[in-house]
Amino acid sequence: MNEHRDDDVLICRCEEVTLGEIREAIQNGARTVTGVKRRTRAGMGLCQGRTCERLVQQILRAELGNAPEEIGTSTVRPPVRPVSFGSLVGDEGGKL
Amino acid sequence: MAQNKWEVVVVGGGPAGLSAAIEAAKSGCRTLVVDANETAGGQLFKQIHKFFGSSAHRAGVRGIDIGGELLAECEKQGVEVWLNSVAIGLFKEKTVAVERGFDNGAKSVVVLEADRIVLASGASENAVRFRGWTLPGVMGAGAAQTMINVNRVLPGKNVLMIGSGNVGLIVSYQLMQAGADVKALVEAAPKIGGYAVHASKIARAGVPIHTGHTVLEARGDRRVEEADICAVDEKWQPLLETKKTLAVDTVTIAAGLKPLVELAMMHDCQMMFHPVLGGWAPLHDAKMETTSPGIYVAGDISGVEEANTALEEGKLAGISAAESLGKIGEADADRIRSEIWGRLDGLRLGPHGVMRMQAKSEQIDHYKSAQSA
Repeated sequence: MNEHRDDDVLICRCEEVTLGEIREAIQNGARTVTGVKRRTRAGMGLCQGRTCERLVQQILRAELGNAPEEIGTSTVRPPVRPVSFGSLVGDEGGKL
Repeated sequence: MAQNKWEVVVVGGGPAGLSAAIEAAKSGCRTLVVDANETAGGQLFKQIHKFFGSSAHRAGVRGIDIGGELLAECEKQGVEVWLNSVAIGLFKEKTVAVERGFDNGAKSVVVLEADRIVLASGASENAVRFRGWTLPGVMGAGAAQTMINVNRVLPGKNVLMIGSGNVGLIVSYQLMQAGADVKALVEAAPKIGGYAVHASKIARAGVPIHTGHTVLEARGDRRVEEADICAVDEKWQPLLETKKTLAVDTVTIAAGLKPLVELAMMHDCQMMFHPVLGGWAPLHDAKMETTSPGIYVAGDISGVEEANTALEEGKLAGISAAESLGKIGEADADRIRSEIWGRLDGLRLGPHGVMRMQAKSEQIDHYKSAQSA
């Protein structure tokens, strides 16, 4: 079985990053979730990696065999859930 | 942005958050719960099955009934609950940014000042990657459970369940009760992960349980129409010659949960990775306080367990927050905490429970070494 037959499988659905692109990022030196994110945008979309972070961690571990502590997590920044500009700057009632 | 000041702000209105809020309010703290959903209660309102354990742990009681009791008690104790309200940020000096939802559907961001914060944000379902996992019809088992038990919508007619932990087993049964046909349950491990009693229930009902198997691919035009499963070898590699195709319109994934820790990380709470607890979770002491003073955690955010342990951890956090605000004396708080720990130890028994007990004590040990470092 060709081990990369699944290179076109989507991993980060928000930013449409495939398994092959993440493997390529790792070949190019990515060693952490943040390293993959900077090279591919995986985890930079609407859900901020809530779905794909675990998958990216699994891929890093499978490709490199390093520990969870080395692979790390995404950096968390506010807002942790999508918010409209209207509700961010609006008064009670959310109007601009 | 409106300012709001509270003695205790609880993020998340599931079993952990509500029980924390009840204990804090009972001790006289002005307490607010913010919850992202239309109804508080977290996952309790989809737990239509009876809980296990001894009577001290509400065994035989259904999650939905516990949810109702907690909400009634919150009201009695004067806990304010904001629904449709999402905590979007947690900042230094213990301020919480909340996108508050209003009854008319409007939303606006408010910044809350809190003397104490209890994070009880729960957990999210793990994804599994396979070809076609992003097709409509592939979903978390917990999502399917919400659809059938809360929204009364059947996600599909023919289901393939991935994962044989208790969630996979229980949701398989409930999908059948709701009218779906569970065509198969696959589990990559050589044996079933959840309780035998749940597994035999669905096996008796005719669901084929394939251990040592995985899902290879889901296919369909616009949504799932069929899925391939196959056996795996001892290195978890698929044995393609064993491939079988199932006609299913839904693939539900029960591959475990991970703690929803973003707010704790944002406040620089120190974290620890533990596979038994679902991955990264904040360190905490026996009072559920994190390495950030005044920030407490309870329930799945502190390591994925069950509703009954979440209830007890919530009480620990609520009482300890109240104690630190001088609302309850140390001796009383210690006495209550030791009762709670007795019950928690009772809940962390059996082969699964003992692993969790060990993992939780490692968290507390790491907390101690982090504090003395």
